Amino acid sequence: MEVKTETDRSRDVSQPLDKLGSDETLKANSDYLRGTIKQSLADDITAAVAANDAKLMKFFGIYQQDDRDIRDERRRQKLEAAFSFMVRVRLPGGVCSPGQWLKLDELGRAYCGDTLRLTTRQTFQLHRVMKHDLRTVIQGLHDVQLDTKAACGDDTRGVMCTVNPDLSKLHAEVSALATQASDHAVHRTGAYSEIWYGAERQNKDGPEEPFYGRTYMPRKFKIGFAIPPSNDIDVYSQDLGFIAIARRGKLKGFNVAIGGGLGRTDQAPKTYPRLASMIGYIDADKLFPTIDAVMSVQRDYGDRVDRLHARFKYTIDEKGLDWIKAEIERRLGFALEPAQPCTFTSNGDPLGWIKGEDGREHCALFIENGRVINTPDHPMMDGLRAIAQVHKGTFRITPNQSLIISDVGPEDRPAIEALMKEYGLDEFETRSALRLNAMACVALPTCGLAMAESERYLPDLITKIETLLDTHGLKDEPITLRMTGCPNGCARPYIAEIGLTGRAPGKYNLYLGGGFHGERLNKMYLENVGERAILEALDKTLGDYARDRKPGEHFGDFAIRAGYVTEVKEGRFFND
Amino acid sequence: MTKLEFPGSALTTDQWAQVNQLATSLSQEQAIWISGYFAGLSHQARTLASASDIAELSPPFQNRPAAAPATRLLTVLFGSETGNSKALAKSLVEKAKAKGIEARLADMADYKTRGLKDEQDLLVITSTHGEGDAPQTAVGFFEFLESRKAPKLPQLRYAVLALGDSTYERYCEAGKRIDRRFEELGAQRLADRIDCDVDYEDAADAWIAAVVANLAPSTQTRVSVAPTTAAVQSAAPATTFDKKHPFQAGVIDNIVLTGRGSTKETRHIELSLADSGLTYQPGDALGIVPSNDPALVAAMLEKLSLSADTPVTLKQGTTSLGEAFANTLEITAVTPRFLDHWADITGASELQTLRASDQREARAAFQHNHHILDVVSRFPASGIDAAQFVAGLRPLQPRLYSIASSLAAAPDEAHLTVSPVRYTLHDLPRTGVASGYLASRTEADATVPVYIQSNDHFHLPDDDVPILMIGAGTGVAPYRAFMQEREARGASGRSWLFFGERNFRSDFLYQVEWQELLKNGALSRLDLAFSRDAAPKTYVQDRLRRQGRDVYAWLEEGAYLYVCGDSAHMAPDVHTALTDIVAEHGGLDRDEAGAYLSALQRDRRYRLDVY
Ligand code: SRM
Ligand SMILES: Cc1cc2nc3c(=O)[nH]c(=O)nc-3n(C[C@H](O)[C@H](O)[C@H](O)COP(=O)(O)OP(=O)(O)OC[C@H]3O[C@@H](n4cnc5c(N)ncnc54)[C@H](O)[C@@H]3O)c2cc1C
Ligand SMILES: Cc1cc2nc3c(=O)[nH]c(=O)nc-3n(C[C@H](O)[C@H](O)[C@H](O)COP(=O)(O)O)c2cc1C
Ligand code: SF4
Repeated sequence: MEVKTETDRSRDVSQPLDKLGSDETLKANSDYLRGTIKQSLADDITAAVAANDAKLMKFFGIYQQDDRDIRDERRRQKLEAAFSFMVRVRLPGGVCSPGQWLKLDELGRAYCGDTLRLTTRQTFQLHRVMKHDLRTVIQGLHDVQLDTKAACGDDTRGVMCTVNPDLSKLHAEVSALATQASDHAVHRTGAYSEIWYGAERQNKDGPEEPFYGRTYMPRKFKIGFAIPPSNDIDVYSQDLGFIAIARRGKLKGFNVAIGGGLGRTDQAPKTYPRLASMIGYIDADKLFPTIDAVMSVQRDYGDRVDRLHARFKYTIDEKGLDWIKAEIERRLGFALEPAQPCTFTSNGDPLGWIKGEDGREHCALFIENGRVINTPDHPMMDGLRAIAQVHKGTFRITPNQSLIISDVGPEDRPAIEALMKEYGLDEFETRSALRLNAMACVALPTCGLAMAESERYLPDLITKIETLLDTHGLKDEPITLRMTGCPNGCARPYIAEIGLTGRAPGKYNLYLGGGFHGERLNKMYLENVGERAILEALDKTLGDYARDRKPGEHFGDFAIRAGYVTEVKEGRFFND
Repeated sequence: MTKLEFPGSALTTDQWAQVNQLATSLSQEQAIWISGYFAGLSHQARTLASASDIAELSPPFQNRPAAAPATRLLTVLFGSETGNSKALAKSLVEKAKAKGIEARLADMADYKTRGLKDEQDLLVITSTHGEGDAPQTAVGFFEFLESRKAPKLPQLRYAVLALGDSTYERYCEAGKRIDRRFEELGAQRLADRIDCDVDYEDAADAWIAAVVANLAPSTQTRVSVAPTTAAVQSAAPATTFDKKHPFQAGVIDNIVLTGRGSTKETRHIELSLADSGLTYQPGDALGIVPSNDPALVAAMLEKLSLSADTPVTLKQGTTSLGEAFANTLEITAVTPRFLDHWADITGASELQTLRASDQREARAAFQHNHHILDVVSRFPASGIDAAQFVAGLRPLQPRLYSIASSLAAAPDEAHLTVSPVRYTLHDLPRTGVASGYLASRTEADATVPVYIQSNDHFHLPDDDVPILMIGAGTGVAPYRAFMQEREARGASGRSWLFFGERNFRSDFLYQVEWQELLKNGALSRLDLAFSRDAAPKTYVQDRLRRQGRDVYAWLEEGAYLYVCGDSAHMAPDVHTALTDIVAEHGGLDRDEAGAYLSALQRDRRYRLDVY
């Protein structure tokens, strides 16, 4: 108790708005996120929305963007930037039905630049949606029981869940909980159905946002469920991570990890990636109270003055892990049990066909950087549509931007396989392990924060690295390589064995030494360098690795043993 | 009369002999009269008639013997849109006064039609616009004259000089309508109407001289003929730039305004007027004196198997054929004159049949579907010489472009919004002469020959008067000038723009500027219509209708109404929409609504600049 009174509350929700950052005032005065979004949508003089509405629309999973490839060209033409919107679907655990896939495919072709994007948090992004098509798209999603609530914004983001289908029962249980968790934590404002479905405003009795209140969270808040031995969701990168503990294939409870987060800003040492800290164990029936307790602590104590410093990870390092844990337990009304032993083996995807314990079959496809699109020699989008038309099971989007055709009855497998062949979706068999494990964020041309190419560049870079791997005989060695176009870390580059984050066009920071299954941050090896320097560095280090590695030793571990970088024991020391 | 040059294929040799003989026998005055007579004649009977024919034809002056008593008042009434008729009318008045005729100048735009029945001698000079329509400023006058309200005019003596462009189907239609109507109203023709093509100067001057000579009190005639005819030729002082003496404006910028994926190519061209002393007002147009596409010139020379340096003699003097094709002569559009000329030279039956008076449509269609190059290819004339060929051509005409800037915002500059005319004909890509020249051959630091074409009927009202601006495509150009001016002047009057194009994303011309003007309040309202973004297609007239109540309110509050751009569809559709709006919100029937708009036009509050 007295711990609490000592704590510094000069930067949190207890302060009057004028003492806090401007976004807090915006949220508070937005009438629960309504703002002037309707007017902005009606304004036909511009393809954009008012700046404040753009911020509020993030809470509805919608980002205003512009085509950066032609930004300058249009300025010279006296035309405004080519504004459009990115719509992020809420898809807990990444599970979707063939019917939902077909709808997304239809919308993607009609309104979203003929493409769909699978994300690192297991959902779909629709890019290039014009303002006047937003309602159509969101109502289209509604038709197949999908929404875009809280896919962005200062609230709980898409809830992740491991997709290892071979543990079918356990997965079914946990992903069901992930979905409930998302429904439980998502905002309640009526603004969503008023603005996007044209619903009448209802005067609820009782508060419109019982949990969040008028100012919501200080910043985004991410929840994920991992099912060992797979750490595909990178549970240590979540604000709140749950690690499923099972006994005899039956879910028992969860280890609770808090304070993960990767976003950082160059030249701002106070910002750093941080891996979540394990604070204990709860039985499964304590899940929702635990979520409320943890989120409410961040809601009440998170920094609302400086958004660069507002994520839960900073609140924890500020107040101290013990204090935070105590506060959580105080709100729960019981003490957490000690964390139970659990082991992860990888954060990648198992590719190809696997048989689940129940005999159902699952095939993980390789979809480079999650980009679902037709190319002349590779009609992927058509292929997946064809599969969705016959598939009886589900699709599962993996945290590595790939796709699993799940729940295939043995009798249906041949048909699916035939389609995969016909549309060249079985190519993963021929790809290097490096490529199969690699991720790149979207970056240019749509991402407003990108400083360098990522999705459009990584495939070429990998081709060049593959020749190095061949010379060193490492073609089939799984090595995690992740690239982002800026330091925000959307492809979780700081927990990759090889990380690249954009600094400027053609220039990247190179990080080495990350843990193969997401247990350890990497560290900067080269700063702000171009392709040549990157390839030279990798040629040397991979060469050493091929020669000097111990049996079973991963490249990340080797990089530390070889002394290329020192081990980062805690996020706080990442920038040292 | 002194020796004449043989005009080539225009006359047969014995015709020529007769003319020569006649010419030498004429007094100067008679000569002038004859020239006017021939000029007038030439546009009705398109080939020069032989002397014998002349004898049979009715003399142009019905009441020749009755020389005008000095007391009669001459009114020179003009209808003009781009200033040609106006200029001619002015010089006519000067010449008349020089001959001691009591003459006054009147503009159909503000002519008091009540006074018509008191007119004694009336010389009308009018151009034709749109598709055979009256000049926009003269619409009111035409309406009155052609209505039942028009009085009988037995006392009136009149003559009509019609300006036109023979590439248009309804050639000089407005002039013809006036001429016909005065006759119906019982007025007497002083002289046969003359229809003048775009190279009207000489024919018009001769006609004017002849008419003036005839009206002049006989005592004074002989004296001042020579000086005036000389005066006619004398060009404008070289200090002021005009059609004939354009200023070489440097190209500052030439960019494509339409964004990627556009179905259009609309350009923004910035020209420098520095050190020209040229000034203009928002609403004025810039005359561009273009040159023909070098590739086309080459193709023509090749088709005719004539070499570029063949010397040719034109009105302007002797030059090379290549030079003439490039800079002096219209070598694309087919004129009736060229058709006749080519029919004579080739004797091609298809061309011959087109001459028949009942072939107007066929002839128009043929003109539309053939450039001179096509005619020459389809109906070859082997061994034709340069002089023969150019005799069928008319001078290359300048083109007008609304100025899209205001000197207040861009001192010493004139900006244009140009949409290059491009189309395919007989599988060959074609480009408009001037728009193609501006688009493709004006890279930065090139110079473009220009002059200012003042456009009095399209200027801004006082700063406190509200304006409604309606324009599609390049029709938005003058409104950019308007708003630059009003913003610079801090004008208090409200401004409302209706703009239409195809696609919002790519064709919202000057988008960021309009957005800025809206933000800073200089522009009060902006309504957009993008026809290809969504079905059903919406056009400016649809947006107008949707805002009907407010549009009518603005008009009632004295707003000026501007319409600029496409004359074929937009302007008429906008007019219909306006009629409906006035009818609905003013509680009038369609005729009354029409009258309401005509009144606006007469009061110069409803102004068009359409092309
Ligand atoms: C699509 C996606 C990358 C991908 O290639 O899949 C993505 C894309 C974007 N992220 Fe992210 N982030 C994505 C996962 C992540 C992750 C990884 C994760 O959550 O597992 C992170 C690191 C973990 C974390 O949150 O710390 C991440 C950290 C950020 C940040 C930095 C946050 C911070 O605390 O500093 C930003 C910038 C911000 O929020 O201010 C950001 C912002 C963005 C935006 C919305 C840029 C913006 O704010 O305007 C990007 C949209 C680009 C585009 O055109 O689509 N994104 N972003 C991922 C979508 C996940 C989802 O479905 O919700
Ligand atoms: C007051 C005024 C203001 C103007 N302002 C502007 C302005 O701001 N911007 C602008 O772009 N223009 C403007 N114009 C129009 C401009 O003056 C020219 O008429 C236009 O650019 C075409 O001229 P050109 O020499 O390029 O084409 P031309 O060589 O004159 O060719 C045009 C002719 O080509 C023929 N033609 C066109 N399409 C076809 C087809 N598909 N098939 C067969 N024949 C065809 C038609 O006979 C047409 O008359 C304005 C005109 C006026 C009178
Ligand atoms: C938009 C436009 C339409 C025209 N339409 C016709 C027409 O239908 N018939 C015609 O004989 N001349 C037509 N002309 C040619 C004009 O009558 C000719 O240019 C005349 O010299 C203009 O005289 P003004 O300056 O007094 O108006 C048109 C000219 C323009 C600019
Ligand atoms: S990492 Fe940076 S560049 Fe890449 S998507 Fe995220 S914000 Fe954009």
